[in-house]
Amino acid sequence: MKLTKKLSKVFSKNKSPKKELTVEQKISRRNFIAFGSFLALGSAAYGGWRWLYTSPEEKGGVTAGAHGPLRAVLNTNEKVVRQLYSNNNLVKTYPKEMAAKVVRHNSDIGSEGLIDVDAWKLSVKKNSGEVLNIGIDEIRKLPKTEIIYDFKCVEGWDQISHWGGVKFSDFITHFKLDAETQFEYVGMETPDKEYYVGVDMPSAMHPQTLLAYEVNEKPLPPKHGAPLRLIIPVKYGIKNLKRIGSINFSNTRPPDYWAEQGYDYYAGL
Amino acid sequence: MKVIKEKHPLLMRWTHWVNFPILTIMIWSGLLIYWANDTYTFTLFGVTFIRFFPQGFYDALHIPKRLAEGMAFHFLFMWFFALNGFLYVAYTIISGQWRELVPNKHSFKEAWQVVLHDLHIRKMAPPQNKYNAAQRIAYTAIIVMGFGSLITGLAIYKPVQFNYLAWLCGGYHLARIWHFVLTIGYVLFFLVHVVQVILAGWNNFRSVISGFEVIDEKPQPAIQIQNDETNEKAE
Repeated sequence: MKLTKKLSKVFSKNKSPKKELTVEQKISRRNFIAFGSFLALGSAAYGGWRWLYTSPEEKGGVTAGAHGPLRAVLNTNEKVVRQLYSNNNLVKTYPKEMAAKVVRHNSDIGSEGLIDVDAWKLSVKKNSGEVLNIGIDEIRKLPKTEIIYDFKCVEGWDQISHWGGVKFSDFITHFKLDAETQFEYVGMETPDKEYYVGVDMPSAMHPQTLLAYEVNEKPLPPKHGAPLRLIIPVKYGIKNLKRIGSINFSNTRPPDYWAEQGYDYYAGL
Repeated sequence: MKVIKEKHPLLMRWTHWVNFPILTIMIWSGLLIYWANDTYTFTLFGVTFIRFFPQGFYDALHIPKRLAEGMAFHFLFMWFFALNGFLYVAYTIISGQWRELVPNKHSFKEAWQVVLHDLHIRKMAPPQNKYNAAQRIAYTAIIVMGFGSLITGLAIYKPVQFNYLAWLCGGYHLARIWHFVLTIGYVLFFLVHVVQVILAGWNNFRSVISGFEVIDEKPQPAIQIQNDETNEKAE
């Protein structure tokens, strides 16, 4: 207390005797402070923006193509959203009549041209090193699940469509892959390895995630991913890999086609 | 004699100005996203008046082929947009400033008179406090719209996790349309707002930075002269 009193005395000595400021002085003083801080903080904000806008791209890894700081934010957002994620949160389903007759087809990277469905095998790489090779008939024998829901593309369009197949979780149970679900991620690739996705395990095990072999109650045509594709309603379309060639499990994020081009790795809905 | 009259509290000034660049970035990054599937038009009776957006508009702003970048920016600045909005609303509630802002029972009738006055059709504007009736409606509407952008935005961002919000917006598809319409609303608001600010002049503009207006108050004479004819005429 004493010290502050002394200090204030010292400072007050340097000041001219206090005079009531005139209105004009008050106005110009307040304007100076307000406009000054407005300009200073405005320039700081602009500098911050330039820093972000010109920030270098992340170094190529599992994800690539985004500004470094923005990638960090996308990953942080995912951590926040995961707090809300629950397998009890279901995508809305619709009556069969509402399903589109002509199902939109956007891209066929990794699933171009025709495929010999009879020769096709799904290879599931177990962590023991064992590889299961499963034909489409074997998968068709499993309990079938159908879903009619609003498919959502990252581009912004959405379409109610009707898919049929086996629940991913039923597939896991049937082929005794429960041990593999302890891993954090599922990776899937097309047979030519041109298109590939990584999906977090909770989303893969979501009750509405299907390994689909039918659209509108007919076998998948090549452009929709014959003979087997992923239908994962808790993700954007980019994760719904067509023409699955192989499935693997890991604790590190599997490579993901669009995450390498600046998109959010998780693409969750 | 010049007198300082306090007008806008510091926090309301700052949230106002902070919102400006944030909303600009949100609209810009929103355009980067919208471009990827630009299907919206304004069509009445089969006649399309506006197609959102013409190619020249996209090219001028370097919009095409930046979807991933747009999403990344949008999902960062959404946090600032929401936080700044909450700060503003919380402050207006706690400080009691909402009383100056929220329309009252006279506002809707008076707002019409304000509009007629501003268009030079009506001579007298209705009496007002800090904001006139039209401002009360506009400034409250813009906050409601901001809240709408937040809700529709969350419904689009995570339509499965926030499926009740998507339901509230009439589904995912409609939520995107609302989100877009609200943005067009901001742009229209901005255009009118800027014209009004220019017309209102420097004193008004300064009050949104410095917080006060300067008014010329006639000094009250120490002795009131009664029955002065010239004085009465001047009144």
